[in-house]
Amino acid sequence: MKTVTVNNISKSYSEVKAIENISFDVNEAEIFGLIGPDGAGKTTIFRILTTLILADHGNASLLNYDVVKDYKKIRQIIGYMPGRFSLYQDLTVEENLNFFATVFGTTIKENYDLIKDIYQQIEPFKKRRAGALSGGMKQKLALSCALIHKPEILILDEPTTGVDAVSRKEFWEMLRQLKNRGITILVSTPYMDEASLCDRVALIQKGKIMQIDTPNKIVNNFEKTLYAVRAGNIYRLLQSLRESELTHSAYPFGQYVHYTAKESLNDVADLLDHLTRNGFQNIEIQEIKPNIEDCFMALMS
Amino acid sequence: MNRFKSFVIKEFYHIFRDRRSLIVLFGIPIAQVLLFGFVITNDIRNAKIAVLDYSKDDISREITNKIVSSQYFSLAETLNNDKDIEGIFKKGRVKMVLVFENNFAHDLENTGKANIQIIADATDPNLANLLVSYLSAIIMNYTLDMNRLAVVPMQINMESRMFYNPELKSVYMFVPGVMAMILMLISAFMTSITITREKESGTMEILLVSPLRPSQIIIGKVVPYVLLSFSSAVMIILLGIFVFGMPVEGNFILLLAESLLFIILALSLGILISTIANSQQTAMLMSMVALMLPTILLSGFVFPIENMPFILQLLAHIMPPKYFIIIVKNIMLKGTGFSYVWKETLVLIFMTFFFIMLSIKKFKVRLE
Repeated sequence: MKTVTVNNISKSYSEVKAIENISFDVNEAEIFGLIGPDGAGKTTIFRILTTLILADHGNASLLNYDVVKDYKKIRQIIGYMPGRFSLYQDLTVEENLNFFATVFGTTIKENYDLIKDIYQQIEPFKKRRAGALSGGMKQKLALSCALIHKPEILILDEPTTGVDAVSRKEFWEMLRQLKNRGITILVSTPYMDEASLCDRVALIQKGKIMQIDTPNKIVNNFEKTLYAVRAGNIYRLLQSLRESELTHSAYPFGQYVHYTAKESLNDVADLLDHLTRNGFQNIEIQEIKPNIEDCFMALMS
Repeated sequence: MNRFKSFVIKEFYHIFRDRRSLIVLFGIPIAQVLLFGFVITNDIRNAKIAVLDYSKDDISREITNKIVSSQYFSLAETLNNDKDIEGIFKKGRVKMVLVFENNFAHDLENTGKANIQIIADATDPNLANLLVSYLSAIIMNYTLDMNRLAVVPMQINMESRMFYNPELKSVYMFVPGVMAMILMLISAFMTSITITREKESGTMEILLVSPLRPSQIIIGKVVPYVLLSFSSAVMIILLGIFVFGMPVEGNFILLLAESLLFIILALSLGILISTIANSQQTAMLMSMVALMLPTILLSGFVFPIENMPFILQLLAHIMPPKYFIIIVKNIMLKGTGFSYVWKETLVLIFMTFFFIMLSIKKFKVRLE
């Protein structure tokens, strides 16, 4: 049995199509990632799954409960963390957690075991108001609150947006531990580098799913040979490559330009030749393994 | 039940940690009652007048003395020429000028008739009317005293008594009105804001995705405000009694019960607003325009309903504060029991049910 099934759902806001014919399944105790830029429709999908909005077409179910008919049931079994920090800023850490525990008919004590690893990190600040916490601590508190009732499915909308790199790493480690306890996790993120931390990902763009697979397979499916190119001014380099006949794709990536050629035969030699002819110096060309972002860009074009 | 309890506790935390809501809940009622009681008053006290006495005889002086020695008027100036009248009004020094004609006493004694002219500054018509009638009353009294010994062929004696407010204190009118206004303000205003605040801060999203039922969310939001508004109501009544000497002729418990009913009605209006409005600003504006202004203008608190145009009268009849003010005046001033206000009470109960049903129907279990 699939834990989550989504079947052909679509949703429009007045004229704008937010998502179109989205379908996917999530297995038990899996970390499933929705990867895509802002405005791709990730939040809309999550809001339909959390019964907050209704889809125009299609259906979806969580543990065989229909999101429309059985919304009351679903609200008991999911833990939801919205994209914005949505706890009470004027309540302390402890009061927030206590409130959500009682709302779900449980106590902190009863499920302390589940949130222990996360909550312990913010417990020294439990008398502090939630509004005064740092970004990373806020996320930990929000996760604790979403977990306090031992949900079977955890739905996290961009949990690491606006969180520092160290806290992001910690956060993903926590998700891995929760998965090991048998909790199914749906998570969305605009950060491509986080895709490799999921078991399976759906790459989503402009309301449509482009590909669903494990991060490894997505990367292995990259057909062309990818090169990282560096030569002096990156902006001029990018422009020159984009104008070139040889180029299949060229995207800026940090200090490098990620480049694929139309013809794979002699591609390095051709490229070197093109660049020297155009007056570039200190040319550096290096074959690299593609990452998820490269795949995403390739799928988009 | 546990769920509900912790929801109410949370709500109290919000209120007591927000200085603004505390000011609205307790500061505003006290300030309003004191303001209306002390500053905005129709009572006449020491209105400044001028006297233009062409006669300067015993009787004219005696009348002037009698007027000035009443607590209502004080003599600001004595004029010598009727050309000065215009000037003194323009300067705004006095509200009224009293003119005695030439040979006032002489005419009165010989022909039995003499004339006094009263000229009032009618830029504020209500005040001018009031001043003129006060002054006429004093002069009338004086003539009556003069005639006591003389035999007058036929005479109708008028004696008026003001029931329920013998001293015509305007505080008696304002306290019930202010009470209606403030309870409406705190109750409707605060609940509509607190629910929309959850929508704005995104916490409503989490509350919806929880096993809490809509009725639990709404009632949990309202209970703290019922208690706080009720203490506000008690405070206003006590201020009325101890600071302004309002009587409570009727049953105090009945008065409190009716106040509670009105509070619940106002709260249900607030919930209704919050189900429609999506931001705190909209909620604020809606409660201002839809609740505050009608409460002040159409409830009979400031302007008598009987004098309104027909359409406004119809509107006034659907204003909840109107009924509450009638009830409060009845209980506090007339000392009537429930049998005299049951009709108004029934209207309030009906309205409460109507608004609660409407808001439950309008409450969305989803975001859209």
